[in-house]
Amino acid sequence: MQREAMEYDVVVVGGGPAGLASAIRLRQRAAEKGNDLSVCLIEKGAEIGAHILSGAIMDPRALSELFPDWEADGAPLNAPVSEDRFFFFSATGAMRVPNVFLPQCFHNEGNYVVSLGNVCRWLGERAEALGVEIYPGFAGAEVLFDENGAVKGVATGDMGRLRDGSEGPSFQPGMELHGKYTFFAEGCRGHLGKQLQDRFHLDDGVDPQTYGIGLKELWEIRPENHKTGLVIHSGGWPMKPDTYGGGFLYHLENHQVAVGFVVGLGYKDPYLSPFEEFQRYKTHPGIRKFLEGGERIAYGARALTAGGLQSLPKLVFPGGVLVGDDAGFLTASRIKGAHCAIKSGMLAADACFDALAAERRRDELSAYPEAFERSWLREELHRARNFKPWMNKGQTLGAMMFGVDQVVLRGRAPWTLHIDTPDYAKLKPAAECAPIAYPKPDGALTFDRMSSVFLSSTKHEEDQPCHLSLKDATAPITVNLPKYDAPEQRYCPAGVYEILCDENGANPRLQINAPNCIHCKTCDIKDPLQNIVWLAPQGGEGPTYPNM
Amino acid sequence: MKILVPVKRVIDYNIKARVKADGSGVDLANVKMSINPFDEIAIEEAVRLKEAGIATEVLAVSCGIAACQETLRSAMAIGADRGILVETDAELQPLAVAKLLKALCDREQPQLVLCGKQAIDDDANQTGQMLAALAGWPQATFASKVVIADGEATVTREIDGGLETLRIGLPAVISADLRLNEPRYATLPNIMKAKKKPLDTVKPADLGVDVTPRLSTLKVSEPPKRGAGVKVADAAELMNKLRNEAKVI
Ligand SMILES: Cc1cc2nc3c(=O)[nH]c(=O)nc-3n(C[C@H](O)[C@H](O)[C@H](O)COP(=O)(O)OP(=O)(O)OC[C@H]3O[C@@H](n4cnc5c(N)ncnc54)[C@H](O)[C@@H]3O)c2cc1C
Ligand code: SF4
Repeated sequence: MQREAMEYDVVVVGGGPAGLASAIRLRQRAAEKGNDLSVCLIEKGAEIGAHILSGAIMDPRALSELFPDWEADGAPLNAPVSEDRFFFFSATGAMRVPNVFLPQCFHNEGNYVVSLGNVCRWLGERAEALGVEIYPGFAGAEVLFDENGAVKGVATGDMGRLRDGSEGPSFQPGMELHGKYTFFAEGCRGHLGKQLQDRFHLDDGVDPQTYGIGLKELWEIRPENHKTGLVIHSGGWPMKPDTYGGGFLYHLENHQVAVGFVVGLGYKDPYLSPFEEFQRYKTHPGIRKFLEGGERIAYGARALTAGGLQSLPKLVFPGGVLVGDDAGFLTASRIKGAHCAIKSGMLAADACFDALAAERRRDELSAYPEAFERSWLREELHRARNFKPWMNKGQTLGAMMFGVDQVVLRGRAPWTLHIDTPDYAKLKPAAECAPIAYPKPDGALTFDRMSSVFLSSTKHEEDQPCHLSLKDATAPITVNLPKYDAPEQRYCPAGVYEILCDENGANPRLQINAPNCIHCKTCDIKDPLQNIVWLAPQGGEGPTYPNM
Repeated sequence: MKILVPVKRVIDYNIKARVKADGSGVDLANVKMSINPFDEIAIEEAVRLKEAGIATEVLAVSCGIAACQETLRSAMAIGADRGILVETDAELQPLAVAKLLKALCDREQPQLVLCGKQAIDDDANQTGQMLAALAGWPQATFASKVVIADGEATVTREIDGGLETLRIGLPAVISADLRLNEPRYATLPNIMKAKKKPLDTVKPADLGVDVTPRLSTLKVSEPPKRGAGVKVADAAELMNKLRNEAKVI
């Protein structure tokens, strides 16, 4: 069956803050100038917001540039940060860091506790009102190139292929979306963005990207434990001093709190399980006291980029741009990327609009990186540039030195530190580490993976090609298992990877429970051999997060 | 032959529904909503009848808030020709919906109303039957196969332990069961086309229908949580527990 094609001025892949802001800005500029410009945005989630998982404390700076009247327009930023607390946890105690010693980047006055998914839902409505064509339920599955090698758009995935790849009874081919320019806004570890980086050598000469995995739950807690706008961050326990990680607890509106934990994916111990660390984190007295008597209502996980300025790839290539976390704009010291995503989308949209007005097409939008160089975004990332490299040197020393970097030198340190090893190459052999005995879930405060995944409302058609593909099908058993004790069993927050043996406990094999996948992308990042390649499953599948 | 298919906007079947803390209903804030799966089957069947040259037009109707337009667009992406939204913010109960549909049947004169057997949110399983009664039309519920010929419908129904086949005259109401068909995927080109299909909006008052609820909901609660399981050492302990703790034998 032949794929149909449709022509647009601009095609945007991904409906997170970056993609939506790009599309909105393009249509705003077009409305100002009174010319028409067709913008199409596709989103792999079943609706806008369905795949968005964030903290989140939102810095409204970029949003205010995009929609100066966002407050009057009803943007769901309803819980201004009312109090900031930062702790270093030990197993049972907590040391509060007085706010005066906290680097500026850890202060949150003027920011809002939000559900980024709901902010995206709102942005989606705005975008549609401005004339953006939004198609949720369709994943960009393939980048299309024109005869000159420039990106000419994307193709959405086929529907109804059977497990072996053949066309099933309900088969429907994907569709080609062609644009004069294509925006890639897939968020952290975009699977098309990754291909583009390789093809156009976008990351030549920059540090390897580093990542974290963030796990999060939404709770409805007892009214007496709730204080709208209270934000708590912590370092220390349960992470060992040599591993970067930290927790957060944000009080939203409606007696809800977002509790979460981020673990740097450069961790070395193959026995570490980010999921179990998160569960354990909730048992700390400083966190437990808020959650007890409450009810968990949602769960999910998502990787985030943390390399900052030193890892930022080239942003443009013929016919397209990378925006948001697909490029790696995220201020790691603040774990804030939403405003960076919006800002980068706006900068790219401006460059694109001007190019279209000059009748250009499918060239490099070099005005975008130039504008970035002059922007506050670049300034913010520059100040924070040494955070992750310091943290790599261990949490305690790292925190101290980053403190010096930020409080004493205000981000203007004469040094820029670098990261030279990618996250996947950092695991130590299991033989050099000891298994970690994590406590059993109690079903009230702590849970197992299966009951958690259930709350993410994830679904995938079982009978389709496995979207977690292995370059070498034997490597999980011949290398990962003996050398690292199959770390994918532990880093996957959805229990997708299982080592199963026969009844005699022999002949281990890797079972991939692909329907459970919640699209966090951690396996694609952390597999020590880079053998796991995440591909887009059928559109509309994956988690369906409410309010995340 | 014109077919009218009512479609309801309901919580997506994939979402774990959660009851609001005050027990007043299910929490729908920012929860994914979709077309009721049985209605999707009904639309698919109507579109197949049109593709087979038996029907000439498929009309989708939804009753509810403005967002039900999306539900109508989903129906049109599968192949419905046009949509009518009966827009109201009021709570709609099956009888009110049946009256609205009756009024639209008077106006549109379809030969067949093909509806889902029930909506997965309230599981009421009443609207089709009430509509048939109000219109004085024959009905065949829980259809697993529909054949239309010579002004009659032959409908196979799944019943306990077997199949029942009915023949009814048209116009009629038929409600779709799960196995009637497997709806197609709505493709992107069809979704794009659906955006351009006609969609009219009317109000209940335009149809002269009073939708005031007749039933009041006292309380909504979740089923009791299952307690943790226990491992028993042997059959004797199991018997003991079944007899003395669970008191089931
Ligand atoms: C646990 C956690 C806590 C965080 N806390 C904060 C915080 O407090 N404050 C803050 O500002 N930021 C925070 N961030 C970071 C912030 O969430 C991201 O920086 C931001 O979401 C990036 O926006 P984006 O649009 O680039 O990508 P995303 O938000 O990831 O959006 C990408 C979208 O594109 C879609 N997509 C991806 N690939 C495709 C494809 N091929 N085809 C179609 N669609 C596709 C995805 O489904 C998704 O909807 C946090 C992140 C995490 C994980
Ligand atoms: S399979 Fe990979 S992308 Fe999916 S949930 Fe597990 S780690 Fe994340």
